[in-house]
Amino acid sequence: MSPIDVDATVIANRRLSRDYNVLTLAAPEVGARTIAGQFVMVRPAEMTETLLRRPFSVFEIIRDPAGRPTAISILNKRAGRTTNRLYETESGERIACLGPLGRPYTAVPGPAEAWMVAGGVGLAPFATLAEALASTRIPTTLFYGARSDRELFHLEFFERLGVTLVLTTEDGSRGERGRVTAPLDRALVGRSPGSIMVYACGPEPMLAAVSGIAARHRQPCEVSVERTMGCGLGGCYSCVIKVRHDAQPHFVRSCIAGPVFDGAAIVWD
Amino acid sequence: MPRDLSVRLGSLHLPNPLIAASGCFGYGLEYEEVADLASLGGVCVKGLFMTEREGHSPPRIVETPAGMINAIGLQGIGVHRFVQEKLPLLRERGARVFVNVCGTTIDEYVEVTKVLTDAGGVAAIELNISCPNIKEGGIQFGCSLVGTSAVVAAVRKATHLPVIPKLTPNVTDVASFARAAEDAGADAVSLVNTFLAMAIDVETRRPTITNVLGGLSGPAIRPIAVRMVWECAREVKIPIIGMGGITDARDAVEFILAGATAVQIGTANFVDPFVWTKVLAGLEDYLDRHNVERLAELIGAFDPTPPKAVHA
Repeated sequence: MSPIDVDATVIANRRLSRDYNVLTLAAPEVGARTIAGQFVMVRPAEMTETLLRRPFSVFEIIRDPAGRPTAISILNKRAGRTTNRLYETESGERIACLGPLGRPYTAVPGPAEAWMVAGGVGLAPFATLAEALASTRIPTTLFYGARSDRELFHLEFFERLGVTLVLTTEDGSRGERGRVTAPLDRALVGRSPGSIMVYACGPEPMLAAVSGIAARHRQPCEVSVERTMGCGLGGCYSCVIKVRHDAQPHFVRSCIAGPVFDGAAIVWD
Repeated sequence: MPRDLSVRLGSLHLPNPLIAASGCFGYGLEYEEVADLASLGGVCVKGLFMTEREGHSPPRIVETPAGMINAIGLQGIGVHRFVQEKLPLLRERGARVFVNVCGTTIDEYVEVTKVLTDAGGVAAIELNISCPNIKEGGIQFGCSLVGTSAVVAAVRKATHLPVIPKLTPNVTDVASFARAAEDAGADAVSLVNTFLAMAIDVETRRPTITNVLGGLSGPAIRPIAVRMVWECAREVKIPIIGMGGITDARDAVEFILAGATAVQIGTANFVDPFVWTKVLAGLEDYLDRHNVERLAELIGAFDPTPPKAVHA
């Protein structure tokens, strides 16, 4: 569906930690069009020193009791000027929100399991994906790694949907100590090839590792990448990533050819 | 009362002066869901060489105060694929297609232009002699008066289409380049391309973009671009397409008053892909407020009378 641009009012700003917050935006029209894995380009309306919008996965689609979307939310992590500004935003402020954009995750083919693998802020696309998967009753697991217990968010939401959680933290404060790829690799041992759809989002080294692990266990794998993006619509050619087409790898625009790609097709740096 | 936004760019008649800037609008078709391509004065597509190009490794852009630095490196599908895959669709959508033509040699500029001329359905050739981001071609011609003349003259002989060299601001006297282009047979000039620029990541002490250097665009450059358009307008008789940080109708009018016949919008389209309808509405509003019937009356209508001192 065509993207739309909404001058969205901030309904809530839940600060989850020193670095993370969830901004709820009154953009029901965007929510109604969004498929899990798609993103929005946002920008505080009054910002003038930085111009460009920043891409965010649609984190939640918030609905009224009748199931109609009333808002969307984005999971923000402070990393620069615009994300700092989005962390400080107060209810009632306006955020320009363009979307939905990009290629979403694709459905699990046939009777299979879905495993979501999230690293840090890479949790962002998986709330909507878990909802979509829950409605199809496909057994779903979330492998979720963060720096510490304090940065593991939204766990009750996934538990309520019946998602199995496998948690890791770098400091060992919750779940297994270390990277999320370790339990993923172990869990895939002995699974029949093609029986598990792996969905991943997180830092690129993690995505490269997950793609490699999935390939080794001969499971399909889709990854959502984030490259420095200018426009979100294919106009600027900033957000390219090297993807194999036939034999020869080429730079493709992650905003329109992605952000979701077949993990096996990406040539990782 | 209906206002006339149309302008004449040499032999071209545009319904309004807004042209999507090359490198900022893909091949146009990327934007057809959010913009009516036929409603724009023109669509200038991404720079084309004879063959496909991969461009630079990312990261390719960095945000800077009121602007951005880019070094895309002219990734592109090449003129043949453009003619086969994109041009027919652009024509079908009613777009007035400006093609930004690149070359590493004068022969390549001529060859690309011939392919486009033979294909039909192209409105004008914009000569990219000003891209700051590639090692060979482009700016090496645009930074030399002799080179500018040579490219323009060679392409002029190869096509009946309007030839519009796009000038770089990275020279001492841009008006002399406009003059060289006019003398060599250009139908118009467009300016400015981006300013060569650099931003360092002070935490890592490394470049912010892979190419180290890139081109600065956005509102940060607008006052310099306006000055350069004004300088060129005083130097040449051919029409000028002005650009550099235009984000709204006020900015567009500023360039037109300085002497631009048409304007291009680039970076602002990244921020707001619906900018076109907003600027068009703003131009109508400006004409209404100033009781001007035809936008073309504003071209070069800058009044150099000193402003009144403001008393508090």
